[in-house]
Amino acid sequence: MKKIAVKVDDLTVAYNYKPVLWDIDLEIPEGVLMAIVGPNGAGKSTLIKAILGILKPIAGSVSIYGKSYEKQRQLVAYVPQKGSVDWDFPTTALDVVKMGTYGSLGWIKRPGQKEKKAALEALEKVGMLAFKNRQISQLSGGQQQRIFLARALVQNASIYFMDEPFQGVDATTEIAIINILKELRKAGKTVIVVHHDLQTVPEYFDWVTFLNVKKIATGPVKDIFNDDNLTKTYGINYKVSIQE
Amino acid sequence: MSSAQIEIQLIASLVAVACAIPGTFLVLRKMAMISDAISHSILPGIVIGFFITHDLNSPLLILLAALTGIITVVLVEYIQKTGLVKEDTAIGLVFPALFSIGVIMIAKNANDVHLDVDAVLLGELAFAPFDRLLIRGTDVGPKSLWVVGTILMITITLLITFFKELKISTFDKGLAASLGFSPAILHYGLMSVSSVTTVGAFDAVGAILVVALMIAPAAAAYLLTTDLKKMLALAIGFGIFSAIFGYWVAHWLDASISGSITTVLGLVFLSVYLFAPTKGVIAVMYRERQQRTEVSLLTFLLHLKNHDDLKERHVNHLNEHINWQKVRSKTVLDLAQKNNMIHIENNIVSLTKKGDEFTSKAIDYIITNEDTQIEDMKDDFFLFRG
Repeated sequence: MKKIAVKVDDLTVAYNYKPVLWDIDLEIPEGVLMAIVGPNGAGKSTLIKAILGILKPIAGSVSIYGKSYEKQRQLVAYVPQKGSVDWDFPTTALDVVKMGTYGSLGWIKRPGQKEKKAALEALEKVGMLAFKNRQISQLSGGQQQRIFLARALVQNASIYFMDEPFQGVDATTEIAIINILKELRKAGKTVIVVHHDLQTVPEYFDWVTFLNVKKIATGPVKDIFNDDNLTKTYGINYKVSIQE
Repeated sequence: MSSAQIEIQLIASLVAVACAIPGTFLVLRKMAMISDAISHSILPGIVIGFFITHDLNSPLLILLAALTGIITVVLVEYIQKTGLVKEDTAIGLVFPALFSIGVIMIAKNANDVHLDVDAVLLGELAFAPFDRLLIRGTDVGPKSLWVVGTILMITITLLITFFKELKISTFDKGLAASLGFSPAILHYGLMSVSSVTTVGAFDAVGAILVVALMIAPAAAAYLLTTDLKKMLALAIGFGIFSAIFGYWVAHWLDASISGSITTVLGLVFLSVYLFAPTKGVIAVMYRERQQRTEVSLLTFLLHLKNHDDLKERHVNHLNEHINWQKVRSKTVLDLAQKNNMIHIENNIVSLTKKGDEFTSKAIDYIITNEDTQIEDMKDDFFLFRG
C-alpha cells in the first residue's frame, strides 16, 4: 500500500454559517495525478483552501504526511486561480516566479542569486524564459498560467495543489501544462488539480475525486469515473463517452 | 530663505514621504478610501488625547489617535463581513460617525481647548516652526519635524524589513497565506502604519491633505512604471516635489500651504494621467488610432492577397471596394508603402514579398492566437501587442 500524502478527516467548512463542504473524508495516496471534479459551487476550491489553511474549517482536520499543514508547508506548492490576483500589479514574470521561493526563505530574509537561478530554471521549464522581464499584464492568459505553474515548480514541493490551471488557456498551453504535471507524477510527486473539463479526465489523470458539498467518490479513474458517479455528482443523468 | 521657511518645507517633504509609502500599498490593494476613513475618524482620538496631554505632538496622543484609526478599519470590516452592506458603504457609515463625535467634543469644549475644526481639516503648517522641541533648554527644531521624522524612520525600517512580505500579500493573498505569511498580520501592520502616519501628518497638513498625499503620488506613479520599487520611488519623488513646489505656490499667492500642496498634487496627477508614455490618456488614444489604421492595413493587404484580378487591385477600385473615405485609404496606402509591403505600378497595387509574408503570418496569428511566433512583430505594430 502506498503512503498517504494528504489525509482529510471530517472536514466541514462554512461561509457565514452556511456549510459549503460537509464532513469530507479523503485520502490522497502519494504519487497520483488527481482531478477534483464537481459542479459550480461544489466547494472544490474551498477544499483546497481549507487543506492549505487559507480558510479555517469549522470542524475536522487535515494532515500532510501525517503532520499538520503548518509543520509541512515546505512540502506543498499552491497555484491559485488565475483570476484571484490583479495582473496589473507592477511586477515582472521573473519576480512573480521568485515569489515561490519566499516560503523557504521565511520572514524578512530576501531572495538572492540562488533564488533567482531557481526562478530562471522554472521559467525555462515552462517555456517562458524569453518573457522573464515582461510586465505580467503584457502576457496572454496562457502565459500567465505558465508563470503561475513556474512559481509552483520553483518551490520544489512534494505535493502540488492547482486551482483550475486550464481555465482560459489555449490548447498548446493546456498540453504543455499537462505534460509538466505528468512529469511531476513521474518524479513521484502528488498533484491535485481542480478540473472542469470532464472529457479530458481519463486522458490527463489517474485518480479522481467527485465532490458536491459532500464527497461522492474518490479513487482510480479507471474504477470510478463512470456515469453513475457523474450522475450522483452533477444531479442530472450524465453520460460521458470515455475515450480509450 | 528664512530658517522657518526651510523648516516648513522640510516638514512637508517628510510628511509627503511618510504618506507615499503606505499610500503606494493602499492604492495597489484598492483600499484608497480607507485612508480617507482613517484620516477623519482619528479626530475623536486626537481630541481625547489632547484633553489628557494638552500637547498635539505627544506620543500618547499619537498612539490614542492611531488606535481610533485601527478601530475604524476593524469596524468597517466587521460591518462588511455581515454581508448586509458593501465595503464602500461600510466606510461611508463608519468614518462620519466617528468624525462627528470628534467635532461635537471639540465644540463642547471650545473654551478650554485650543483646537478648531478648520485646523483639523486643513492643518496649520505655517505655524509648525513656532512649536519648538527643547532638550535641556536647547532648541533642537520644531516638534512636528521630530514627530514626523520619527514616524518616517519607523515606516522606512518596516518597509525595508517586510518588503517581500508586503509585496506577496498585496499581489497574491492566497499564496501568501499558504506560504505562512499571514495576510491578516500584514494587513493590520499596514493599517497601523497608515494610522500612525495619518496622525503624525494631521497636525501639519490636516485631514484632507493627508489623503491626497497618500493617494495622488502613488496613483501617478502607478501609471508610469511596472516595477514596485520604482513605483515607491516615484511616489516619494512626486510627494516631495508637490510639498516643496506647493509651499512656494502658497508663498507667491499668499494662500494656504496645505491647499496649495494639494492643488500641486492634483496637477501632478493630471499631467501624468494625460502624458504618461504608455498608460496616459493621450498615449492610449494614439495607440487606438494606430491600431485602427493597422487593422485597415491588414484588411487591405488581405484583399490584395485574395485577388489576382488587375481590376480588383486598381487604386480607384480599392477606394470604392473597401468602402473607405479617401483620407483613410491614403493613410493606409502610405503606411503599406512605407513598410515596403506593396508597390504601385500604373495605378495597380501588388503585394511585395515582405507584404505577402506579413499578411500570412498575421492571419495565421489571428486564427491560431499563438503569439510566440509574432514576438518580432510586436515591436513594430500596436495591433499585436494586445
